Amino acid sequence: MAGPRITVVGASLAGLRTAEALKAALPQAQLTLIGDEPHAPYNRPPLSKDVMESFAGGDADETEAFGKLLLRSKLTPEDVSIRLGVAATGFENAGVRLADGSLVRSDWVIAATGIRPRRLPLPGNEDIRHVLRRFDDARALAPMLQPGKRLAVIGAGFIGCEIAATARKLGLHVTIVEPGPQPMMRALGPRVAAAMAALHRRHGVTLLTGRMVEAFQPGRVILDNGKEIEADVIVEALGSLPNTEWLAGSGADLSDGVLVDDTMRAIGAPNLLAVGDIARFANPLFDDVPRRVEHWCIPGFTAKRAAQTIAALEAGDTPEPGFSPLPSFWSDQYGMRVQAFGAPALAETQTVVEGDLSQIGEAPVIVEYARDGALTGVIGLGAPPALIAKHRARLMAALTPKETA
Amino acid sequence: MKVHVNMDICLLHGQCVIAAPEIFSFDDSGDLHWVEVIDDSQVADAEAASDACPEQAIILG
Ligand SMILES: Cc1cc2nc3c(=O)[nH]c(=O)nc-3n(C[C@H](O)[C@H](O)[C@H](O)COP(=O)(O)OP(=O)(O)OC[C@H]3O[C@@H](n4cnc5c(N)ncnc54)[C@H](O)[C@@H]3O)c2cc1C
Ligand code: SF4
Repeated sequence: MAGPRITVVGASLAGLRTAEALKAALPQAQLTLIGDEPHAPYNRPPLSKDVMESFAGGDADETEAFGKLLLRSKLTPEDVSIRLGVAATGFENAGVRLADGSLVRSDWVIAATGIRPRRLPLPGNEDIRHVLRRFDDARALAPMLQPGKRLAVIGAGFIGCEIAATARKLGLHVTIVEPGPQPMMRALGPRVAAAMAALHRRHGVTLLTGRMVEAFQPGRVILDNGKEIEADVIVEALGSLPNTEWLAGSGADLSDGVLVDDTMRAIGAPNLLAVGDIARFANPLFDDVPRRVEHWCIPGFTAKRAAQTIAALEAGDTPEPGFSPLPSFWSDQYGMRVQAFGAPALAETQTVVEGDLSQIGEAPVIVEYARDGALTGVIGLGAPPALIAKHRARLMAALTPKETA
Repeated sequence: MKVHVNMDICLLHGQCVIAAPEIFSFDDSGDLHWVEVIDDSQVADAEAASDACPEQAIILG
């Protein structure tokens, strides 16, 4: 008997892991994976780190470099039909409409279309303005990162800060412009963010916080206080927009990504599920507020969950209730690893439990994050993995899924 | 099944130690150790560790 037709849209980490999990859970399913990039699924984190560095240094063969990014998979062409270089443009009752006009008939659709960088709605300097999300973005940006050039990074989130750190290592002059009071403030909280600001300054970055970009003039960025920054290359790293336009009219709540329940099913569109960076779900480890989580670990968790859900429903069962994965993320800046577990962003207080934030980058620091007196997360800064693992275990013991009404 | 970690690309994220503590561990000096030959009951754990490794450093075969 032919199994259900399942179409996964978005051929990156979340889409690939979902196709794999579906193959394992429902071997007879007819799987299609659709991606608008011309490339097979690849890994993004190195794009702002070592890959950018080796590309810019000119010592990387592009094909070889891409080969290292490629996500390994056990799926064979018999397991899944993969269509690359074509975007999904619409979600219809019968299935997914593609940019070439064709319809992929589907019983289930999984949205794994991720996010794209937000851009400044200001004209000017188009020829030197870059973003970094895709391999092709990295390929365009890397040759610009030459020693002695002046780089302006707009936005001090993780990606902006990683690019700044990589560019300093490559010998560029780097200025970061950030509207908020500290870099990576939302994710790290004020004290750790302030320490990270000091780390960037110590490494020679000009970090301008509390400042907005007002205009671009040829080779220059004009700030809201009138200050002008000369730049040979500009990177916009201002956060992201979810790629949900193709789901308009599906019935799903698309106010920020795709709102899903604890089985990854879209609320309002029963045959649609969402995984990875665009899935907005509540995590009962913390509270009942649905959030999107842009961490590398989320595609793996949500992919497995989505496959379990479809397998259960196809078998006439109800999916097991409860989904509470422990989020984690990392970032590498100036050779220092920032490793987080839990949800530090939700905390009100930060406590340094090992080390000293004034020694950031020189000696290990562990910081605990709490809300209402309860641990929500832990971050290690340049800490050995075994030490972080110990604190992660403490966090795990403190976090128990909350009953939700 | 055989387990191998390519230490040229491992960046000591420790995700494998979390996913499969019976197979992967850190010693006191922070070096990664792993069980080189595992039995069938541990394959699922090893695969979970391999999927969780952000550097794709774990090779199973
Ligand atoms: C430069 C960079 C560095 C990062 N570093 C880290 C890090 O250090 N630590 C960490 O935890 N996380 C990091 N991340 C985040 C991590 O890479 C993401 O969480 C992860 O890629 C999310 O996977 P995804 O599959 O949900 O989305 P994506 O990887 O964004 O994939 C979505 C795919 O869908 C495609 N698509 C979009 N619209 C359509 C459409 N209409 N039709 C067909 N295809 C479509 C997109 O082109 C893309 O290929 C980083 C991300 C970037 C960009
Ligand atoms: S998860 Fe991968 S990179 Fe991290 S320690 Fe294990 S093998 Fe190394």
